[in-house]
Amino acid sequence: MMKTVAMLLDSLKIDTDATATWIEHWIRETVYTRLKRKGAVVGLSGGIDSSVVATLCARALGPQRVLGLLMPEMDSCADSLRLGRLVADTLGIGTAVEDITPVLQSLNCYALRDAAIRSMVPEYGEGYKSKIALPSVFDPAEYAIFSVIVQSPSGEQIRERLNAAAYLGIVAATNFKQRTRKMLEYYHADRLQYAVAGTPNRLEFELGFFVKNGDGAADLKPIAHLYKTQVYQLAEYLGVPDEICKRTPTTDTYSLQQSQEEFYFSVPLEHMDLCLYARDHQIPAAAVADATGMAPDQVARVFAGIDAKRKAACYLRSEPLYPAAEVSSAE
Amino acid sequence: MEEKPNTVKPEKIRQFITDNFLFGQRTQLSDSDSFLENGIIDSTGMLELISFLEEKHGISIRTEELIPDNLDSIERITRFLERKLQPCQVALEPTTAPEWATGRD
Repeated sequence: MMKTVAMLLDSLKIDTDATATWIEHWIRETVYTRLKRKGAVVGLSGGIDSSVVATLCARALGPQRVLGLLMPEMDSCADSLRLGRLVADTLGIGTAVEDITPVLQSLNCYALRDAAIRSMVPEYGEGYKSKIALPSVFDPAEYAIFSVIVQSPSGEQIRERLNAAAYLGIVAATNFKQRTRKMLEYYHADRLQYAVAGTPNRLEFELGFFVKNGDGAADLKPIAHLYKTQVYQLAEYLGVPDEICKRTPTTDTYSLQQSQEEFYFSVPLEHMDLCLYARDHQIPAAAVADATGMAPDQVARVFAGIDAKRKAACYLRSEPLYPAAEVSSAE
Repeated sequence: MEEKPNTVKPEKIRQFITDNFLFGQRTQLSDSDSFLENGIIDSTGMLELISFLEEKHGISIRTEELIPDNLDSIERITRFLERKLQPCQVALEPTTAPEWATGRD
C-alpha cells in the first residue's frame, strides 16, 4: 500500500520545461496551421489558469499576437481586474477592458437572479450579497444539495437549502456572465482574425465545471489535459506572479466570495486531482485515503461524484446533433 | 374524489420518476432499484424530487433526512413518507388515575 501511496503522490509531478515546450509547439501548430488564425485572445480573470494560458500563448506566438481581455462586472472582486492587468503587463501583451455590467443589466441577469434568491429568502434586497454552495464532502450530508447563502448589509448570514426552481433560476441567470464574456472574446477574435484560447484545466474540462457556450466555448484549450496541481507547477516555472499563484481559486461569479470547492468540487482541489487520477487508473479508494488523510467512505463519495459529473458533462460537451439519415426524395 | 395528501402511493412516485428522469422510456424500474447506482437521478434531479415530495404531501423534509436510506428508491421513499406522515405520537396521560395512585384503600 505504501508503494501505491508514494506512486500516487508522485504521479502528478511533471517535467515543467518539457511540458511548456510541448504545449507552446502545439499552440503554434494549432493557431497557425489548423485554425489559420493570426494570434490568440485570452480572457484574463486574474486566476492561475488564465494566467498560465496567456503566458503559454505569449511564449508560443509572441506577445504582440496575444490580446488579454479584462471583463469585470458588478459582482467581480476588485483583485480580478488588478491581477489580470498585472499578468498582461508582465507579459507585455495588449489588453482591452470591457465592463460587462451594462450588458448584464440589459439582459436582466441581476434582476432574474435576485428574484430567484428572493423566492427562498424574501428579505434579500438592496445591499445584500449572495452565493450558492454545496456541502463539503467532509460534512455528513450524503447528497450534494445546493444552498443559497445571503449576507445582509449588517453582515448577518442566512443559509437556505434551494428548491429546484430557485437553483435553476439562479444558475441560468448567472450563466449570462460567462456567455457575455465569450461573446466579447469572439468579437475581438473576429476583429483581429485571432483564435479564442479557452482556459479550463483537466478537472474543469472533464468534470463539466463550465458553462455550455460560455467559458466552455473556445477554439483551443491548451491546458485541458493538465490537473490543477500541474497547472500550479507550470505557473511557477513560467514565472506567473506569486500573488496569483497563492490566490484561492474562486468562481468570481457571485457577490459573496465563493471557492471552486464549495461551488462544484466539494473537496480541496489537490485532493480532487488525486481522486480523479486514482479513478482513472483503478487505484483503490483506500490508497487515496492514505495519501490525502480523507476517510475511505469520503473518497468513495468523491469517486461517485466524479462518475456523476462526467455523465452530466456529456451534455455540456456535446456538439449540436443532427440526423445522419439521408433525406428521402419526393419521387 | 380529492386525494388525501397523507396517502402514500408508490405508483405516483414511480410516475414522477419515470416522467421526469426516464422520459417515459424505461418501464422496468423496480421498487428497490437504487437511483444512485443506476444513475437515474443527478443532483438537480434530487432537488426536483424533494420539491415534488414536499409539495405533494405538504411536508417539509429536513436536511438530516436527505439520505439514501430515505430517498434512494421508490421503496425507500414510500417507507420514509409513511413514517413522516404518521400522526404525531403524543405521550398520553391516563384520564383517570389508577386506584393505586389515589391513596384509597
